[in-house]
Amino acid sequence: MYETVYHRATSTDDAVAKMAEAEDAKFVSGGMTLIPTMKQRLAAPSDLIDLRHIDAMKGIAIDGKKVTIGAATTHAEVASSSELADLCPAICNLAGHIGDPHVRHMGTIGGSIANNDPAADYPAAMIGLGAEIMTTKRTLPAEDFFVGMFETALEDDEIITAVSFTAPDKAAYSKFPNPASRYAMAGVFVAMNGGDARVAVTGAGSDGVFRHTGMEDALSSNWSADAVSDAEVDEGDMLSDLHGDARYRANLVKVMAKRAVAAAG
Amino acid sequence: MASVSIKVNGKDVSGEVEDRTLLVEFIRENLRLTGTHVGCDTSQCGACVVHMDGKAIKSCSILAAQANGSEITTIEGLANGSELHPMQTAFKENHGLQCGFCTPGMIMAATDMVRRYKESGRELDETAIREELEGNICRCTGYHNIVKSIQDAASKM
Ligand SMILES: Cc1cc2nc3c(=O)[nH]c(=O)nc-3n(C[C@H](O)[C@H](O)[C@H](O)COP(=O)(O)OP(=O)(O)OC[C@H]3O[C@@H](n4cnc5c(N)ncnc54)[C@H](O)[C@@H]3O)c2cc1C
Ligand code: FES
Ligand code: FES
Repeated sequence: MYETVYHRATSTDDAVAKMAEAEDAKFVSGGMTLIPTMKQRLAAPSDLIDLRHIDAMKGIAIDGKKVTIGAATTHAEVASSSELADLCPAICNLAGHIGDPHVRHMGTIGGSIANNDPAADYPAAMIGLGAEIMTTKRTLPAEDFFVGMFETALEDDEIITAVSFTAPDKAAYSKFPNPASRYAMAGVFVAMNGGDARVAVTGAGSDGVFRHTGMEDALSSNWSADAVSDAEVDEGDMLSDLHGDARYRANLVKVMAKRAVAAAG
Repeated sequence: MASVSIKVNGKDVSGEVEDRTLLVEFIRENLRLTGTHVGCDTSQCGACVVHMDGKAIKSCSILAAQANGSEITTIEGLANGSELHPMQTAFKENHGLQCGFCTPGMIMAATDMVRRYKESGRELDETAIREELEGNICRCTGYHNIVKSIQDAASKM
């Protein structure tokens, strides 16, 4: 790892101020992506500004069907929240299958969506749930927040503070994990809300997480695994790499979508 | 340089380290507690697992400075004097190790998983144990006796 200077922020204002003073700083939350990347010397921020101790960014708040999750809430906290499981078990289940228990004790929802890894799980949930991403500067719909592979609408000095969504009537996430890394080779989040189906795909798209409107239309009129079979998944939009080619992934997307619909019931 | 003050295995320790020092480096090199191992460069093997504020984490993937002010338990902190922790005894009795390289991480992961399942009242059966061991790699045992050890200890903890 290259040299860096560590700072612990006490509030988002403090973090933004520290960012302004530093030369080429990065925020760090759970560090489960950033620290390994720095160890590989693929990132070399001059300064690290730690968000993990900002209390206002932590915790899960529920108001009727409205759910707000602080950006510094860990995967383990989301996975084990019984209040959240009563309302939207799909997101608890998703969080409980990210990486491994030790990674889940540190990694945060804010870090995951800020990173927007094309194989990360949370981006699919954010799009599938029609979530809003709240930052120190604005509130953005998830679809405008995720821009492309490892790319978001975030500016350098902008911090995600929370995400919020309305719990759907039903939802589920199904992922086919890479056997070595456990990241999704295809992960599909489906949700049904008042007759409108949403389908978000991660791990498979060549441009990161995306909505599949073909499957959404099919599921909106007929919520069943069979309805997914007739939808087209374009191989041209798929990632092709050593883990699986585009044709394989296109098929995997359908299989995961069917499993998710079946699991949502 | 960062000033780091941590309570390790119940004892307050502090030191001046480079900001980029990993927690595992601080534990092994500054504190000379070499039970915590480093088995990979990719945050995947779990040989480095310790407890921070009671939760299992990978000490190779966090800076010592990030852990400043926390309480850490390493494998050296589990036994009560010469009396082994039930998880250590179970690994010994069930032949849960061969070369032993993964064992400190396995045991720290195992005690964490038993705690979590007990706290939430869930049953830690064989399938759950295998799933929970996702972040710990063993090159020797084939996992079978590790799973048996954890099952054995869980009933005694
Ligand atoms: C072994 C292993 C397995 C994993 N498996 C999976 C998996 O199966 N699925 C999956 O989805 N992920 C997986 N991950 C990644 C994990 O989920 C990370 O926790 C997550 O990607 C990043 O969250 P973090 O809090 O650790 O972010 P950090 O590593 O701290 O930060 C990541 C990036 O986000 C920025 N950032 C962090 N927080 C904020 C914020 N609040 N506002 C703005 N920017 C911010 C940082 O500057 C940095 O650029 C795995 C990681 C490891 C080490
Ligand atoms: S050394 Fe920490 S996970 Fe391998
Ligand atoms: S006993 Fe040798 S690596 Fe597990």
